Amino acid sequence: MTEYALILVSTILVNNFVLVKFLGLCPFMGVSRKLETATGMGLATTFVLTLSSVCSYLVNEYLLAPFGLEYLQTIAFILVIAVVVQFTEMVVHKTSPLLYQVLGIFLPLITTNCAVLGVALLNVQTEHNFIESALYGFGAAVGFSLVLVLFAAIRERVAVADVPEAFRGPSIALITAGLMSIAFMGFAGLVKG
Amino acid sequence: MLAAILILSVLAILFGLLLGFAAMRYKVEGDPIVDQIDAILPQTQCGQCGYPGCRPYAEAIARGEADINQCPPGGEAGIVALADLLGRDVKPLNDEHGEHKEKKTVVIIDEKLCIGCTLCIQACPVDAIVGAAKQMHTVIKDECTGCNLCIPPCPVDCIHIIPVEDDIKTWCWPEPEAELEQPPIEEPV
Amino acid sequence: MKRRLWHFHGGLHLPEHKQASMTKPVVAAALPDEIILPMQQHIGSPAEPVVKVGEHVLKGQRVAKASEYVSAPVHASTSGEVIAIEERGVPHPSGLPLLSIVIKPDGKDEWTELKPVPDYAQLDPSALRNVIRDAGIVGLGGAGFPSFIKLNPGPDNAVDTLILNGAECEPYITCDAMLMQERPRDIIDGLLIMKHALRARHCIIAIEDNKKVALTLLKNSLQEHEAEFLKIVSIPTIYPSGGEKQLIRILTGKEVPSHGLPIDIGVVCHNVATAAAICKVINEGKPLVERYITVTGETLDQPRNLKVRIGTPCIDLLNACGWREDQTDEVLMGGPMMGFGIPALDMPTVKTSNCLLARPKDQPHQQPAMPCIRCGQCAAVCPAQLLPQQMYWYARARDFDKIQAYNLFDCIECGCCAYVCPSRIPLVQYYRFAKTEIWAKERDKEKADHARQRHEFRLQRLERKKKEDEERRRRKKELLKKTQPKPDSEADIKQAAIQAAMDRVKAKRATQEQQKKNIENLNEKQQQAIEAVEKRRQRLRNAGADNEENP
Repeated sequence: MTEYALILVSTILVNNFVLVKFLGLCPFMGVSRKLETATGMGLATTFVLTLSSVCSYLVNEYLLAPFGLEYLQTIAFILVIAVVVQFTEMVVHKTSPLLYQVLGIFLPLITTNCAVLGVALLNVQTEHNFIESALYGFGAAVGFSLVLVLFAAIRERVAVADVPEAFRGPSIALITAGLMSIAFMGFAGLVKG
Repeated sequence: MLAAILILSVLAILFGLLLGFAAMRYKVEGDPIVDQIDAILPQTQCGQCGYPGCRPYAEAIARGEADINQCPPGGEAGIVALADLLGRDVKPLNDEHGEHKEKKTVVIIDEKLCIGCTLCIQACPVDAIVGAAKQMHTVIKDECTGCNLCIPPCPVDCIHIIPVEDDIKTWCWPEPEAELEQPPIEEPV
Repeated sequence: MKRRLWHFHGGLHLPEHKQASMTKPVVAAALPDEIILPMQQHIGSPAEPVVKVGEHVLKGQRVAKASEYVSAPVHASTSGEVIAIEERGVPHPSGLPLLSIVIKPDGKDEWTELKPVPDYAQLDPSALRNVIRDAGIVGLGGAGFPSFIKLNPGPDNAVDTLILNGAECEPYITCDAMLMQERPRDIIDGLLIMKHALRARHCIIAIEDNKKVALTLLKNSLQEHEAEFLKIVSIPTIYPSGGEKQLIRILTGKEVPSHGLPIDIGVVCHNVATAAAICKVINEGKPLVERYITVTGETLDQPRNLKVRIGTPCIDLLNACGWREDQTDEVLMGGPMMGFGIPALDMPTVKTSNCLLARPKDQPHQQPAMPCIRCGQCAAVCPAQLLPQQMYWYARARDFDKIQAYNLFDCIECGCCAYVCPSRIPLVQYYRFAKTEIWAKERDKEKADHARQRHEFRLQRLERKKKEDEERRRRKKELLKKTQPKPDSEADIKQAAIQAAMDRVKAKRATQEQQKKNIENLNEKQQQAIEAVEKRRQRLRNAGADNEENP
């Protein structure tokens, strides 16, 4: 039981995929201008990550490993992720056309989010079982969403503040991300490994 | 080798079927985004954007044909609202389509010169001109959007633009001064 | 036993500056040379004039009627001749003019026929409200909402507590304090009338504890049986305890919901001067034509309170108190926190004017603002528990959606935040700017929606017209086909058309034949001449017909 709690704390805070592992920076910078879009993106990524993490585990466990085809992991996982993202895109387009329009190109770009592929590969590397894989993916997504929402909230306030000319736009955003990263370093050592 | 190809093919077929099923199940009809864009546009139906009315322009934006900075009556505020809605960048108003006028205007027909030709009535996109053939034409001030489409067709040039003045009910507080004074820097002793 | 009181969040202790204007008793201001009565001195629709230029009016005569439900009539504040009904400058921060009735006093100050209500307790509350409405009573605390509406709880609400606001928390203003000192019984009588109209259960008169004389005099005027339902409560002196929502919180501990009204929690709040005015209407039959106004400021020789006829130009009152023009920077209508600069001093005082404040030169508020240091002092003092700092940033960025998310419209514009700001940022100006911009945007949106509807209807109309035209053309074609069984060639069709036309002409002539004129009373010769002409015509017609049949 504590194993599962530790996995969650580790992926959400200690080894946060965005601020500590530096994966998934593309949507992190691209979708964080407004709080509403950031929340929407977080939810979409959570859905994709959890589902693809589980599916990747199943594909690896029952289709690749028994036949010794581990070398196909990268291709197979990308296939799985692409399908899940496509499915998610259709659902979002149907349920919230506005979110679909607003997320724009970033929704299909979840496919290329290195955090998603990273989770799938790390699950294999650390030899998680089914539940652990699911939790790992879910925790990673929650960590991603948390950081995305925090960053979006800060960016919204910074957008209307008195930022010096040279720092306006992406510069202050990157500096903010760096400072957040330093803040999350405070969690280091909370969970071993 | 064969196993690999077989496995991947099986996977691909499986996923293909899944996606095909999902595509049919979650089919989206129409494009509600057009309504949302149209709700932001000022509805002057003036055609300065290059499209015959606000709805065609909204449809063009949704299709990706038109940019969001082509509407002069909407001005900067309209561009910002569209940028917000669609997640695009805010751009300055495209000068080719006209300039944004701060003061609202309406038109008035000089009744001494009007000949009752109905050309302006046919031009008005919101039917704000009352009249009939060989009868006096007059503009309903409250309905006029200031698009000025009635002025070119008039053969006797009897339509004039007049500004809409503020009254106490519509007066707005001015924006406070943005210039901030820097506090004096004291030299260290 | 001390009554339990609550606190509201924030607030400020401000230097009172009230003593200077309370040393002398209230006297009537002198009759001015001109009385200017704007048609809008209240919230709602402007009143409509019912008198004409040149007409002689008496004091208290109705000169303008209420135009809609939320509106109030206007009465002449002195007798005289109406010399103009035209646009005049009114005391409003915009400086824009408003239709006003201008009266030249005849010096007699003669009242019109007065109709007091002898036994108001027998009147139905709605009849009582109509009397108050016809007297032009509006909220004299500063807002100017027509009082009869606030005396109507509505069919679904019961009024538990009626509060009279005698707090007068703003510095410099003392008109309500003087009223409570000089006419305490009138206020209580007014309250009883209101209680009857509202069927309220409890009544409270709230006074700040810096007005000890007023408190004592009011308590002494209270009759024994009234003490059962009416309490006179002293509240701590803090700005803005006189704000309606803050006062209700202090006295009852309840908060008026955001976007709601006090009646939603069973409370109604009126100003003490409104109560005194209602008493005057019922007991003496006098409509609202005068009020107490505090004329004060450091550049006046004799600051005091005056009983002013509504419509008196401000300059007259300033002169009556010996103002030093060269030392005065500006004159505010209202207090130092919520007042505004009067654009021109010949503008009239209106029903809602409570104070004229002459400001000396070299005041700190004139210095320019510095950048916001995000100290948070503004949020600490806001009586509405808002976040002024956030509202400031979003107002600056013109982000009107976000600023409404921070409850911009709950701001009462009290000025506490601007008062404490170390960077001297004019915060209230930003919020006022944001509010009027949002209202302007809403108006534009309504107009745009309306224009869209009209445009769509026009497109439908043109579509329908096109369809109808096509329909008509199609039917005509079919009809033509039916009546001409063998339309072999165009020439035949043309021939048929020509024939039809000639048949019509013939038929017409045939009918004309029977309608000959001037054929009675003819002599022999005329008759013969007519017959000859007729024969000739007949011959020609027959010849013509022959020609047609044989082309």
